[in-house]
Amino acid sequence: MSVLLSARGVAMHFGGVAAVDGVDFSVAEGELRGLIGPNGAGKSTFFKCLTGQLRPTAGSILFRDRNITGMQRFAIARMGIGIKTQVPSLFDGLTVRESVMIALRRFLAEREARRRAQAILERFGLDGLAETEVGRLAHGQRQWVELAMVIAPEPALILLDEPTAGMSAEETRRTAALIRELNARHTLIVVEHDMAFIRAIAHTVTVLHQGRVLVEDEVAKVLADPRVQNVYLGRQVQPA
Amino acid sequence: MSRKLFLEIAIALFLALAAALVLPRVLALFALINATVFIAMAVLALSLGLIWGVGGILSFGQTAFFGLGGYAYAVAAINFNDSLYAVPIALLVPTLAAAALGYFMFYGRISDVYVGAITLTVSLILFNFANSTAGEEWRIGEAPLGGFNGIPSTPQLNVPGNPDATLSPQAIFIVAVFALALCYILAKLLLAGRFGRVVVAIRENETRAELLGYDARRYKLGIFSLGGAIAGLAGILFANSVFVSPTMFSLFYSGQLIIWVMVGGRGTLLGPILGAFLVQAVTTWAGTEPRLNPNAILGILLMLAVMGMPRGLLPTLRLAWGRRRGVQLA
Repeated sequence: MSVLLSARGVAMHFGGVAAVDGVDFSVAEGELRGLIGPNGAGKSTFFKCLTGQLRPTAGSILFRDRNITGMQRFAIARMGIGIKTQVPSLFDGLTVRESVMIALRRFLAEREARRRAQAILERFGLDGLAETEVGRLAHGQRQWVELAMVIAPEPALILLDEPTAGMSAEETRRTAALIRELNARHTLIVVEHDMAFIRAIAHTVTVLHQGRVLVEDEVAKVLADPRVQNVYLGRQVQPA
Repeated sequence: MSRKLFLEIAIALFLALAAALVLPRVLALFALINATVFIAMAVLALSLGLIWGVGGILSFGQTAFFGLGGYAYAVAAINFNDSLYAVPIALLVPTLAAAALGYFMFYGRISDVYVGAITLTVSLILFNFANSTAGEEWRIGEAPLGGFNGIPSTPQLNVPGNPDATLSPQAIFIVAVFALALCYILAKLLLAGRFGRVVVAIRENETRAELLGYDARRYKLGIFSLGGAIAGLAGILFANSVFVSPTMFSLFYSGQLIIWVMVGGRGTLLGPILGAFLVQAVTTWAGTEPRLNPNAILGILLMLAVMGMPRGLLPTLRLAWGRRRGVQLA
C-alpha cells in the first residue's frame, strides 16, 4: 500500500509550550488508523496542523507526495483532506440540506449537487430534518450533519476528531458501522477516547503522549502495553 | 428560479412601477426631492444590508463609498459635461476603492472588530480630506472640490448623449425608484445563487467553509466590492437630489445607516430598505416638530428597536406572521 500522508518531525509550539513536539507519522492509502492519547496529548493540534488550521513551527507534511506544510486550509481541503472537528463546526443559520449543498456546490452544478445531497441525507437518516435549521438540532444530530458535510465531497483522507462525543450508545454503534463502511473507499484517521470504540473499528493505533508518538502498533498490543496504561493513569513514562 | 423568488421580484417591479407612475403626480416638488433622498439612502442601506447582514462584515464606513460615488459623479459630470460617462466612472471608483481596501483587510486576515475600525477610519479620513479641499488649487480638471461647501453645482443626470437635456426632478425620482428595485432584484438573485449561498455560509462559520475548500477571502472581497458599487450608486442618486459635500462621508450618515439596518432587520434585504424609509420618515417628521429633537427621537427609536425586536422589524414581523399561521419558520 502506498503512503497517502506522512508527517516528519511536525512540531507546534505556542510560546514555550510544545503542544506537538516532533511527530513522525504516516498513513497508507486505505488504512483506518486510530489516534489516541490522554487529554492534552496533542491530537487535535496535530489534526489542525494536517488541515492547515495551524502552521507547524517545525517539520513537514506530505500528502500524496506533495508538501502541504503551511498551505492554506481551503487549498488542503481541495486536495482531498476532510475533517470533522471535536466540537461540531457547522453553519447554524442554514438548514441541513443547505449545509450539505454547500459542501457539494464547490465542484458540482446545482442540479447534480441537489441529487447528491438528497442521497447523502437519506444515507445519514437526515432527510426528515432536511429543512430544519442546523442551530436547532440536538447534539447527536449535529454530529451527523457535520459527518454528512465532511463526507459529501468524498475526500481521500478523512480525519475524525472524537466522532462519538456526546452520542448515545445506539448512535455510537451506527457511527462505528459508518466508519467501517467509509473505510471501503476512504482512508481515515480517527481520534477517540472510547477504547471499546477504537477496538471495534481500528486495526492499527498510534498513541500520542505529551506531543510525541509514544507507541504505534496493532490495537490489541497497544491497549495491553503497560506504557499506554500508565499514561492513561497519569503516570510518568519515557517515550520509546 | 423558485416560485417564491419569482414572486418577490415581480412584486418589487410592480411596486417600483406603481411608485414611478403615481408619486410624481401626487407629491409636491419638495416632497418628491425628499423622497428621492430617501430612496438614495435606502440603496445605501441595502449595500450595508448586503455586506453586514448577509456577509457578516461590519463596515462602519460604508459612507466612504457613498461619498466617493457622489464625488466621482460630480467631478466626472462637470468634466465630461455628460452624465453618460459620469455614471460608470462613479460606479467604478467606489468599487475599486472597496476592492483595494477589501484586499488588504481580507487577504491580511483582519477580522471583525478591526474591519469596523478600519472602515470607520477610512471614511473619517475622507471626510477630513474633503473638508480641507477649499482652496482654488483643489480642483480636478474643471471641477473644484470646494472644501466643506462641497460641489453645489453638481450637474443633474441628462438624457444619454444629449447633455442639454437634463432630467427633471420627477424623472430623477423615477430613475432612483428603478435603481433601488434593480439593486434589490440583483441582490436577491445573487443570494439565491451559489456565490450568495457561500457568502452566507462564510458568515455562519468561516472556518468550516474553508475546511470545505472555499477561499473565504475571495468571497468576502467579492461581496464587499459589490457593496461598494451599490453604495456608489446611492451616492450618484444623492448627488442628483441634493449635491455632493463632505457630509456624505460623515459619522452622522454612517451612524444612521447602521441604525436603519438594525431597525429594519439584519440578514434580510428588504429590512434595511424598510428601516431606511421608516427611520428617515420619523426623523424628518420630528424635525418639523419644534418641541422634538430628531436626534433624541432617533436614539429612543434605536433603543426601543434593540430591546423590543433585537432581530429587527422585518424578521420579527415574519416570525409573528409564521406563529399566527402555526408555521415554524426557519
